[in-house]
Amino acid sequence: MMQTTSTIPFSAQAETPWVLPHRGVVGIACLIIAESAIFLIFVVAYVYYIGKSLSGPLPAQVLELPILSTICLLSSSFTVHFAVSALRKNDQRGCTLGLAGTVLLGAIFLIMTGREWYHLIHDVGLTIRTNLFGTTFYSLVGLHATHVVIGLIMLTIALVLSLSGQVKETHAERLDVLSLYWHFVDAVWVVVFLVVYVLGR
Amino acid sequence: MYNSTRLAILGVAHSPTSIFDPAATPARSAFGLSMLVLSVTLAIFLTVGGMLLYAVIRFRQRPTDSDREPAQIYGSNQIELSWTVIPILIVVMLFLSTTRVILDTQAAPKPSDALNVTVIGHQFWWEYRYPKLGVVTANELHVPISDPAKPTPTYLALSSADTDHSFWVPRLAGKTDLIPNRLNTMWIDPQSPGLYLGQCAQYCGTQHAKMLLRVYAQSPEDFAAWIKQQQRPAEPDLSGNAAAAEGQTVFMHSACINCHTVAGTVATGRFGPDLTHLASRDTIASGPVQNTAENLRQWIADPNSMKPGVLMPSMHLNDHDLDVITAYLTTLH
Amino acid sequence: MAHAPVLEAIDQTQIRRRPPLDVLYEWVTTVDHKKLGLMYIGYALLFLVIAGFEAVLMRIQLAVPNNHFVSPQVFNRLFTMHGTTMIFFVAMPVMFGFGNYLVPLMIGARDMAFPRLNAFSFWISAFGGLLMYFSYLGGDGLYGMGSAPDVGWFAYAPLTAKVFSPGHSTDYWTLAVLLSGVGSTGTALNIVTTVLSMRCRGMKLSRLPLFVWLMMVASGIVFVAVSPLTAAQIMLILDRYLGAHFFDTQAGGSAVLWMHFFWIFGHPEVYILVLPAFGFVNEIIPVFSRKAVFGYPAMVAASVGIGFISLSVWAHHMFTVGMGAAGNTFFVFSTMVISVPTGIKIFNWLATLWGGKIIFKVPMMFCIAFLFQFLVAGLTGIMLSAAPFNWQLSASYFVVAHFHYVIVGAIITSLFGAFYYWYPKMTGRMMSETLGKWHFWLFIIGFHLTFDFMHVPGLLGMPRRIYTYEAGRGWEGWNLIVGIGALFQTAGTLIFVYNLVRSYYRGEVAGHDPWDAWTLEWATPSPPPSYNFAVEPTVRSGRPLWDLKHPEDLDENYE
Ligand code: HEA
Ligand code: HEA
Ligand code: HEC
Ligand code: CUA
Ligand SMILES: [Cu+2]
Repeated sequence: MMQTTSTIPFSAQAETPWVLPHRGVVGIACLIIAESAIFLIFVVAYVYYIGKSLSGPLPAQVLELPILSTICLLSSSFTVHFAVSALRKNDQRGCTLGLAGTVLLGAIFLIMTGREWYHLIHDVGLTIRTNLFGTTFYSLVGLHATHVVIGLIMLTIALVLSLSGQVKETHAERLDVLSLYWHFVDAVWVVVFLVVYVLGR
Repeated sequence: MYNSTRLAILGVAHSPTSIFDPAATPARSAFGLSMLVLSVTLAIFLTVGGMLLYAVIRFRQRPTDSDREPAQIYGSNQIELSWTVIPILIVVMLFLSTTRVILDTQAAPKPSDALNVTVIGHQFWWEYRYPKLGVVTANELHVPISDPAKPTPTYLALSSADTDHSFWVPRLAGKTDLIPNRLNTMWIDPQSPGLYLGQCAQYCGTQHAKMLLRVYAQSPEDFAAWIKQQQRPAEPDLSGNAAAAEGQTVFMHSACINCHTVAGTVATGRFGPDLTHLASRDTIASGPVQNTAENLRQWIADPNSMKPGVLMPSMHLNDHDLDVITAYLTTLH
Repeated sequence: MAHAPVLEAIDQTQIRRRPPLDVLYEWVTTVDHKKLGLMYIGYALLFLVIAGFEAVLMRIQLAVPNNHFVSPQVFNRLFTMHGTTMIFFVAMPVMFGFGNYLVPLMIGARDMAFPRLNAFSFWISAFGGLLMYFSYLGGDGLYGMGSAPDVGWFAYAPLTAKVFSPGHSTDYWTLAVLLSGVGSTGTALNIVTTVLSMRCRGMKLSRLPLFVWLMMVASGIVFVAVSPLTAAQIMLILDRYLGAHFFDTQAGGSAVLWMHFFWIFGHPEVYILVLPAFGFVNEIIPVFSRKAVFGYPAMVAASVGIGFISLSVWAHHMFTVGMGAAGNTFFVFSTMVISVPTGIKIFNWLATLWGGKIIFKVPMMFCIAFLFQFLVAGLTGIMLSAAPFNWQLSASYFVVAHFHYVIVGAIITSLFGAFYYWYPKMTGRMMSETLGKWHFWLFIIGFHLTFDFMHVPGLLGMPRRIYTYEAGRGWEGWNLIVGIGALFQTAGTLIFVYNLVRSYYRGEVAGHDPWDAWTLEWATPSPPPSYNFAVEPTVRSGRPLWDLKHPEDLDENYE
């Protein structure tokens, strides 16, 4: 048994620097790994079912390349990066501007996706129940869109806080975590775009 | 040596479905592999288990021990290396032997005399089709025996009409799943005549337990005779049998025909087993019930009482109709 | 370097017992990793008793042929609920419970990285379990009693499609598993982040207690393994609710795809469960052999190796689906290879025992039993991995025996050891050794009666998941013995539960380091105060308490 005189080295002052990674960054990295695995499974299902639908409509007949929305989404990665680096330099206006741009571009992307879906459902008559293409298309694109929505909500909160002047340089680390998530959403779009609109057609 | 091990095992645990009593090539090669794997793992168990036992006894704390802590040993790279390399060698050996058996079974060339049978799993019964011979039957599979000198194996093409099932007759071969929307194959070549038992091995719903398999291996002559009989449409002579004749009429006018086929009649349903030669079968309900008039009557009256959860509903027939339908069905040889 | 006496930091903590409602409020709202850990553990124990009870019912039904104790419908629900509960609501939470409790203490941290996420993860998993059992009431709507899911714990398609599984029982299953998956991912994220970002000064990765390493590897697997399950459950929900066709074979969907998705989760999952169990053994065996663990770097490398290889073996659960020779061969190889790193672990434990001074306290007894039982279980795994042999054994009682041998014989057994070992830390009281020995012997005898003999009917052609069987297949006597063993296990488990409760009130007071152990958690009082350590500790080796007790033979000199 340990006696009452026992001690454990508690040190008050640092001998060597002891730096550990920021927990927000580690956490979001873990989340991104887990989310990537989810997307991977949906992508696998999409690819596996390409050309296996028993009835139409087929992707080649109804899908158009969403060039504009892709440009919007991808450029929003730059704006959010701009917001973070502005905040690092304690440039609060720049940060607000960057966030506003990101929210705007993200919103445009969502609206365009919405229009695409409206067209497919309303004009073409393709729903999730129609065939395997419909099933995999709406679930993969929808899963991504859900992530865009979540990201947009958080970005909007950040924007509102920033507009009311509550976002300071000390929050840069946190905003960075959010921006990592947003970059991830963008990167996933690249994959979705390639699989659905390039490979799948 | 394998044979004596086999007999020893059979002495302890006798069973008509033992995997240690193979009667066809795929089961036999799996058995051979199993003996190899069992002896290797047994050797590993004895070695490692023995060392563990020794360590636990030898190094236990004794009252005479001093209070000092034992010498602290943190590791040794040589030792680590040796117990990495030896298992790798064992694994490679096991892997190569396994691969050989896989290829022997899965990549074996198909002889031209092979018999083809399509097996379709249904929720809780088996459909067998002999496409080249024009025979359709259910629940009891008949195959010819195969002479190793001039093999006539039976190739089974497996699929499912609803959920997953698995075809497993342990003495003939390992199992292969029946999966909807997918075609699997396996082959069997029983070498002596007899009845080989098995049962569905993939959970397929409520009555998975009573989806039994019966494979009748027959001499070429017996098999040919069986085929001949199955090829005839059922044209029972009902002239001397008023009850059966009436039963036929009742049958043809009730819902039975939506689910059952009797070749050559208006009954062409495919949801339930083909009844054309029902009376030639030993059992009904895919195995668990002997095919007697009494059982047949009870089955038709209330299938659920014999196989709870079965997909055939009770038709709520009155006693008279039950009697005559039973009489009719017993004539379907 | 300043040395502060431990007692100076801890003496103020007073354990007062307070009114129940206060206590309840505190537990429900807590974000303290220790309380959450205990809640995870308590919750898992509750479900262990429920699912164990289901197992006993199944064994009664199967004890004799043609038994009518339960109907086929009830039986099918029993094994589905038993399997799902045991995996998702017993084994996962109990491992996360111990991880939650111990990881911050072992690395000298004050709490987990994200305390509120931690609470969220616990409650969402807990809700999942309750939701699944609610299906007994709500599966067919409240009027259709007794409608729990009956699709088996891997719920193969298309049995789960609306056509074959009408009503809502399968919906409860899929939602419950989905929630549990979300909870697990949250906790895993928390554990990895805690280990990477919250270690105390000097706690390099090469000094982490092995339990922490194993929790981290297990959590890492959670990210890549549980997520596919989550994805597959989302697809199933889309199928069932929105009429999608992922697993709808009538519309061209594939049943095999579900199998792949499930086992991409399912196989790594069993390693998620067994790695923390290895962690327990890694902590307990050295202390009771009075030796440092042999080959620490090899142990870490082997664990990480197991983690990676385990991602590539999933289709050994699918040897019978008709994969073709190439696929089969690949998965035979990857599966067999996993025995190499696993063997390294076994051999290192052996070497740790070797030359030690083994003290047979109850925790150690369970660990010794673990070693033998895991050895056998692993070897039956090797038999299963030889594909042609597997074609015979798959989906038979041999498989059931194999995995209970691992799960009960290795995981549950080492878990019992962990309870006896860390209970003093968690409650401040020792568990009774006498009762512990009774528990040990009853449970181990029961285990062997049940699961040794369960292999035999498998070899004699008995498939799993059958609610009854015919006489004359040579299965009768074996199944009776198996059933009797289950009763022994029940008796052992009841004694264990009694011991847990009794010791809480009557146990000998433990002090902060009853086992003369070496890792940091034994430096805090028992139970530890909410802030764990009064001052952030600094360590200079992997066994800080050893260094304190043996200044003449410091651990750090061997690094
Ligand atoms: C929980 C933990 C757990 C663990 C650790 C394992 C470990 C292993 N399992 Fe098991 N397994 C399950 C849980 C587990 N399993 C479950 C739950 C199922 C069924 C699920 C279901 O269908 O419901 C299953 C099913 C299962 C199957 C599919 C059976 C089927 O349905 O057809 C297979 C097939 O290969 C398999 C193999 C293995 C192997 C090779 C190991 C290896 O990891 C074992 C490695 C260990 C050793 C080999 C022993 C020590 C090593 C040495 C002493 C070195 C020397 C040895 C050699 C060189 C061989 N397991
Ligand atoms: C953590 C995982 C775990 C654990 C610990 C267990 C523990 C046990 N299991 Fe389980 N089992 C599974 C996971 C587990 N199982 C899985 C995944 C399946 C597959 C399901 C499927 O096919 O879908 C399965 C399937 C399964 C089957 C096969 C069913 C079938 O295929 O038809 C059987 C049959 O005997 C069985 C038995 C047992 C027994 C006797 C125990 C015993 O060790 C239990 C001992 C514990 C207790 C008995 C608890 C103590 C209870 C009390 C203190 C309460 C009082 C009790 C009474 C009044 C009786 N299990
Ligand atoms: C809804 C469909 C359905 C209807 C209607 C139906 N059956 Fe069946 N029947 C089945 C199914 C399915 C089975 C297979 C049950 C099993 O073994 O699980 C079966 C099995 C049988 C068998 C056993 C066959 C064998 O080879 O094992 C007989 C005999 C039989 N039915 C007779 C009848 C008669 C007579 C009627 C009418 C009075 C009838 N069935 C109406 C679906 C139906
Ligand atoms: Cu058919 Cu199980
Ligand atoms: Cu596995």
